[in-house]
Amino acid sequence: MAMSDAIADPTRPANPRGLPLQSAFEAAPADNRTGYRSFTAGHFGFRRDGYFAHITWPGGRHQMAIDAFLRALMRDVAWGFFYGTVNFDTVFGTTNYYGEVEMFAGATNEAFIKSGTAYIERFKSDELMRIFKEMIGDWTNEGYDPFAAPMETGAPWGSKNGDNDPAVSRKRVTAKRMVGLPGDTPLRTDASGYPVNRMFADVPQDQPEVYPEPGFEHEVSAFNLFAYLSRSDVTWNPSVCSVVKESLFCPTSEEFILPVEHGNDRPEWFVQLSDEIIWTTKDRDTGAWRAQVVCKAGDVCVMPADVRHQGFSSKRSMLLVWENGSPKIPALIREGKAPNVPVRF
Amino acid sequence: MSDYTTVFGSIDRYERGTVNIVADDPKNYLFSNMFDVAAKSRPYERVAVAKNFEYVIEVARAEGGSPWYAAAHDEFVTCLDHRVEVHLVKLDDPDAAVDPESEGAHRLPELPAGRKMGRVVLGRGHMAILPVGAAYRFEAARPATLMIQSIDGPETVHKWAEICQK
Ligand SMILES: [Fe+2]
Repeated sequence: MAMSDAIADPTRPANPRGLPLQSAFEAAPADNRTGYRSFTAGHFGFRRDGYFAHITWPGGRHQMAIDAFLRALMRDVAWGFFYGTVNFDTVFGTTNYYGEVEMFAGATNEAFIKSGTAYIERFKSDELMRIFKEMIGDWTNEGYDPFAAPMETGAPWGSKNGDNDPAVSRKRVTAKRMVGLPGDTPLRTDASGYPVNRMFADVPQDQPEVYPEPGFEHEVSAFNLFAYLSRSDVTWNPSVCSVVKESLFCPTSEEFILPVEHGNDRPEWFVQLSDEIIWTTKDRDTGAWRAQVVCKAGDVCVMPADVRHQGFSSKRSMLLVWENGSPKIPALIREGKAPNVPVRF
Repeated sequence: MSDYTTVFGSIDRYERGTVNIVADDPKNYLFSNMFDVAAKSRPYERVAVAKNFEYVIEVARAEGGSPWYAAAHDEFVTCLDHRVEVHLVKLDDPDAAVDPESEGAHRLPELPAGRKMGRVVLGRGHMAILPVGAAYRFEAARPATLMIQSIDGPETVHKWAEICQK
């Protein structure tokens, strides 16, 4: 079994598979027929046409509907490869080693693994990110927003037709201490371009009553988190709202389907703040079904570190994703020194 | 009129979801409901509903006045249903009130010397900072549900078997 590099050299990203870094990247000119550029990263190739993203690697090929692919790619880009594994579907995805990243076909799919056809390559995160950003920019047409719920945006199909750079280059919001504090992430308002979402039109927009004594105006602080979330212009995009050391409250608004099956490398908690989300969980490594979790307002549950999860939200809902951002956790879990489930009772 | 109704729960009106198993143990999901916890807890019992290494999310039933608390780090409180007041006092000597190396909220036997910082009145969905260096207490005219982002400490109550789906 491969020794973790986190133990061998704590300053280097862990490389449990001992893979070499790929450094060849290419962005081809626009195709004469479709108008889209194609891309290569290592030995992976990416091409889009009117309906699909086509992914190739030595010995294999795969295709995803372009809407699903762009929604997944958008999250992977916005989250900087996020925590652990981002499965675009049951075949293709990335696993984050924080500085370096693995891209794979079939590596989290039992049939591919058993037949020896899973394929994995490793990259420097910033280099792969550069290609992913070019891809999402080129493959997103005018009027289509991969962050938006399907009923709120245009269609991604067909040949190249303009672009939507403001939508695909949104920055993930990360408060340093708490939203609304002086110098920290500002509140969302109509004036700042964040109107209340149509499905949250009934959410009260009142603000807390704050009565600071003279001299404490900047330290006595509160804001309406529900109103803030009702004005989110994106779905399935957790943003940091409050921070206790490495404890990150990352609430988000959710509608339709989480565009990826997220295989976190640590336990991840969900606090359902409004409405309902149905989660399916599958084995992190094989994709075998494990459970369905129905969360209603006020429900709290954890996603164990050995599952992948995907959420389904009929009505736009408010979800508090709670992460522990400690860089020590993935290696502890990988080496069996920390449990997959944080509490046993 | 809105075409959609947003559903929030409260301590006196909530509906629980559930874990449906295919091939797993429901205990692995530590599934609970914050309103259910608040409804069945003593006032200001700080019940852990989520834990990730040293960090916790506590749920407290606010009812009447709470003791004074302080911590050696920031905490954040969110009101999930009915009105709760938060009173803040800047401590003259925070390290004397709470060991600066300690974690989690500490109950103070009495309010140490300090200056009034002010107060905040929270309604549903409102979040306030409980800043390091301050002591705080809550006041609620009727039972309400608070969610607190903190670290596991001497006031944190663990009663997972009582609150989680088995
Ligand atoms: Fe996740």
